[in-house]
Amino acid sequence: MPRKTMVEAIRDGMDVMMERDDNVVIFGEDVGYFGGVFRATQGLQAKYGKSRCFDTPISELGIVGAAIGMAAYGLRPCVEVQFADYMYPAYDQIVSEAARLRYRSNGDFTCPLVVRMPTGGGISGGQTHSQSPEALFTHVSGLKTVVPSNPKDAKGLLIASIEDPDPVIFLEPKRLYNGPFDGHHDRPITPWSKHELGEVPEGHYRVPLGQAVIRREGAALTVLAYGTMVYVAMAAAAETGVDAEIIDLRSLLPLDLEAIVASVRKTGRCVIVHEATLTSGFGAELSALVQENCFFELEAPVRRVTGWDTPYPHAQEWDYFPGPERVGRAFLEVVSGDQ
Amino acid sequence: MAGAAAKSTRSPGRGVTEKDAPGAEGARRGDPSGDGAPQGANFTREDELTAYRSMLLIRRFEEKAGQLYGMGFIGGFCHLYIGQEAVVIGMQMAARPGDQVITGYRDHGHMLATGMDPKGVMAELTGRRSGYSKGKGGSMHMFSKEKQFFGGHGIVGAQVPLGTGIAFANRYRDNGAVTLTYFGDGAANQGQVYESFNMAELWKLPVVYVIENNRYAMGTAVTRASAQTDFSKRGASFNIPGEQVDGMDVRAVRAAGERAITFARDGKGPYILEMQTYRYRGHSMSDPAKYRSKEEVQKMREERDCIEMVRKRLLESWKMPEEELKTIDAKVREIVNEAAEFAQHDPEPEPAELWTHVLL
Repeated sequence: MPRKTMVEAIRDGMDVMMERDDNVVIFGEDVGYFGGVFRATQGLQAKYGKSRCFDTPISELGIVGAAIGMAAYGLRPCVEVQFADYMYPAYDQIVSEAARLRYRSNGDFTCPLVVRMPTGGGISGGQTHSQSPEALFTHVSGLKTVVPSNPKDAKGLLIASIEDPDPVIFLEPKRLYNGPFDGHHDRPITPWSKHELGEVPEGHYRVPLGQAVIRREGAALTVLAYGTMVYVAMAAAAETGVDAEIIDLRSLLPLDLEAIVASVRKTGRCVIVHEATLTSGFGAELSALVQENCFFELEAPVRRVTGWDTPYPHAQEWDYFPGPERVGRAFLEVVSGDQ
Repeated sequence: MAGAAAKSTRSPGRGVTEKDAPGAEGARRGDPSGDGAPQGANFTREDELTAYRSMLLIRRFEEKAGQLYGMGFIGGFCHLYIGQEAVVIGMQMAARPGDQVITGYRDHGHMLATGMDPKGVMAELTGRRSGYSKGKGGSMHMFSKEKQFFGGHGIVGAQVPLGTGIAFANRYRDNGAVTLTYFGDGAANQGQVYESFNMAELWKLPVVYVIENNRYAMGTAVTRASAQTDFSKRGASFNIPGEQVDGMDVRAVRAAGERAITFARDGKGPYILEMQTYRYRGHSMSDPAKYRSKEEVQKMREERDCIEMVRKRLLESWKMPEEELKTIDAKVREIVNEAAEFAQHDPEPEPAELWTHVLL
């Protein structure tokens, strides 16, 4: 099976859907001629023409707003916001229009829209090119929020998202574009060509939204992670020797609560890791759900390891980033009961 | 030139800086070359030298930043201003102390132009303790209250409403200051720009919107992203006057800047200057710039370079000995090398710095 980077897999997913469905249109800043700053749309304009893959002005509100209109009419726009950090001008359209169209039209209209956004840090991007705003979307009813962690999932999840009748926020951890980054920024990255999850099936397939997957089976504690943090957690488990069960959530909403509950009931302990800030982060929601559903099986308080409650720093990126050392320390503390 | 209707209502501005106050040393004015000088330019030998020195400082600083980036001393994003130097220097020559400056992410030149310390700017690029934001901000996010520089902003167009608000504060305090609000041709398509225009004209705010049209919004050419490519007309529906300016000619920039700033300072409201300029380097350090031809860049460098034009006038029209220019070149290099040296050896911020200046 051919191995692809995550960027290539995402491009492949769009390619497959453009081929199958004339209603799929792709646009955003630098997306057409230039092929996207991360090259996710490279070649699509040449293949499908300027009416199906095109450049827009730098107008996030306009991009998303126009896409919602297209979607309401029956197209399936898959738009790119160049960095998740650029999303805020479009937030009103996402929250007040995309997420609400089905509800307020009593189901007469839906909004089959995908908004792709590179997310997360690790590239010295500082405060305006590193944020992880997933909780701003999961807090809004009417949106689905997806965070793939590898090329194979990325393609299948993207296809499922494009086919979904409702708006999907598709957050692509940019630090994973080229390989499974485990938080050791001072070591060379393993490319996807040397990783089995870089094996991307040809053609059309879906990874259904709302299905988590266990990346590492274990008995000592359950780790809930998504995106880049899946690999940080894997590294932390390997380095501490803690027999962690690592769950890759893949989609935050819909959430695979069943998988989470089954694992925590088995292990009795839970660590949640994400790169976004702690307060009101998605970890808070996960923590509450674990407590509500597994209270009598828990043997230790649920623990969150996240980015600090500060803006993403430029110079002190790796002090901010919840790397394998911090995650591993939490594993050891939760397992030993020494908190 | 666009905005002719607006322009025709007033005469070409004379200087507004103290040095250039009407009547002061009128005899030293005039275009020595006798041709090619933009209307109202009146550049003296001293003006040419100021422009040369200031633009060269930006050029050399940016070249050095590019080198340090290549060597791994600067991480993340770094947007070089090379090619556009005449815009910020010409405007700064037209402004007076107390006028504020705010811009986007291609901001190193603006900081140097307002007089910020090259060491502090370079040390912020390298993320060190003595950087203007102590490493918190990086290339795109630096500030100086002392120099009335309101930042470096990483989100395209986001500084435009802020610049409008600063101008409101000027009016509220009646302090006579004008806000120079810079943004690019790409940012000019953000909706918040037009909300700002409306308010600025509605309340007659003392703000000059300087649109640096360098022809490419990242990798997208102006013609592929803008329905109206004459940016001086972007304020037309709000009745904001505008002009297209040769942004490669520092004389034209200063002259237009004087007209615009005087207009705003006189309480007549906002003014738009579209600076037609060009960036030689990629959008950022990771941009191979495949969306334009090498010939196009080469042609601009050879025929329209803002520094070379001044240099040529100094040598040929003002008969300045080349040695004197070489002395300036050497001095500028020394300042830049010092800044680079400093920025490489200044310590990194203390770990506790992560937690300062934030609500916890």
